[in-house]
Amino acid sequence: MPTIRFTAALKRFFPDLVDQEVNGNTVKDILVQVNQRYPGIQSYLIEETGGLRKHINIFVRGELITDRQGLQDELSAQDEVVIFQALSGG
Amino acid sequence: MKPHLLVGTSKGLVVFQPTADGWGAPKVHFEGLPVSMVFDDHRTSTWWVSLSHRHWGEKLHRSANQGKSWEDVEVPQFGGKLFQPGTIASLKKIWVMQGGGQHHKDRLWLGTEPGGLFLSEDNGNSFELVESLWNHPSRMDPNQWFGAGKDFPFIHSVEVDPLNDDHVYIAVSCAGVFETSDGGKNWHPRNKGLIAAYLPKPHPEVGHDPHRMLICKQNPSVIWQQNHCGIFRTTDAGKEWRLVSGPGGFPHYGFSLAISHSNPDEAWVIPAQRDERRIPVDLRLQVCHTTDGGQHWTTPDLGLSVPNFDLVLRHGFSNMEDCMAFGTNNGNLYASDDRGANWQTVSHHLAPVQTVIFSHVQ
Repeated sequence: MPTIRFTAALKRFFPDLVDQEVNGNTVKDILVQVNQRYPGIQSYLIEETGGLRKHINIFVRGELITDRQGLQDELSAQDEVVIFQALSGG
Repeated sequence: MKPHLLVGTSKGLVVFQPTADGWGAPKVHFEGLPVSMVFDDHRTSTWWVSLSHRHWGEKLHRSANQGKSWEDVEVPQFGGKLFQPGTIASLKKIWVMQGGGQHHKDRLWLGTEPGGLFLSEDNGNSFELVESLWNHPSRMDPNQWFGAGKDFPFIHSVEVDPLNDDHVYIAVSCAGVFETSDGGKNWHPRNKGLIAAYLPKPHPEVGHDPHRMLICKQNPSVIWQQNHCGIFRTTDAGKEWRLVSGPGGFPHYGFSLAISHSNPDEAWVIPAQRDERRIPVDLRLQVCHTTDGGQHWTTPDLGLSVPNFDLVLRHGFSNMEDCMAFGTNNGNLYASDDRGANWQTVSHHLAPVQTVIFSHVQ
């Protein structure tokens, strides 16, 4: 199963959040799974239109995902998925 | 007992307690997070706060025990509605919440960017887009509803007639004022007499820029607005607005407004120079006061140093009973407990202030 890692910033809102293995073939699949474990977390990452929020980045195999709207980047069992917030000032 | 003072800043909600000589003992909620809206529903003693996270989107929280604890509330959604052809609407910011009147204690109105008005009939557990307004013919016309300093139009004022819960006014930047008399089923523009000096034809039915609008609770036929193009007042429930800016254009431009709810002729504004110079007139932070419906304005000396570069945003000025307060974009907070006759500094060290309200804490 792919492993998902989270920015520490999310732990303020979801204190029990830990890096973990999540079953799924696409980025969208695993975000659905994560939202079941941590209800509401998807709204922190995804716009109501379905796309990734503008200032959130998801990396798979060390590269930014390419499908920010549909989240259909494919995953394999050995992949590491990393969720970060974009850097910003202020 | 004086009310508490709730101050929404770009780095958290700061609650000041009343003291013998003012307000103090601040307690910080949502530390470090940008507060976009604060609302005290005095009918249910519920505090509401929205946060505009830079990364995580708009979030809504409420406290049923006046800040002892908070719970997350799902934000309203546009459900795939189109803002314009080809553009799906999504929530950018919550600008205002308002209670739905004394006979509908579970009713809440919520105004957003991009131009969505939402209604809850279950104390905010769920919100529905008010489609009658969303589908108003003017809303889809970018000549009539358009952003002002923002990418999208936004609803920042919702005022409920204290005599009739179904009679509601909203103000939109930019579009103007709309009125419903049937609880939101039908909406009618109420902008006659307003000026849109930034348009080639400055008297459109829709296309105005009210910055803040307030209805007088004692006489709800009287409504005030601080508009982009001056200070306006209606005494006939919005049928016609009259410019009541001061002589020579002072006061005229600004964002914030406070009114008396016992005297329909009394109001206060905090003027700024003009659109392209959003700084105090003469670099002097001033509160202008009228007791005759805007025929005359007085400007007592606040005793603040000059030059001053403070701007008070549209929700940064508030009053309750004899108490008044305003917060500035430079993090300064001032308050009065004698209807503005004397002001005191509450803090010079806050983050930029977005919103100021009073609340009686039980």
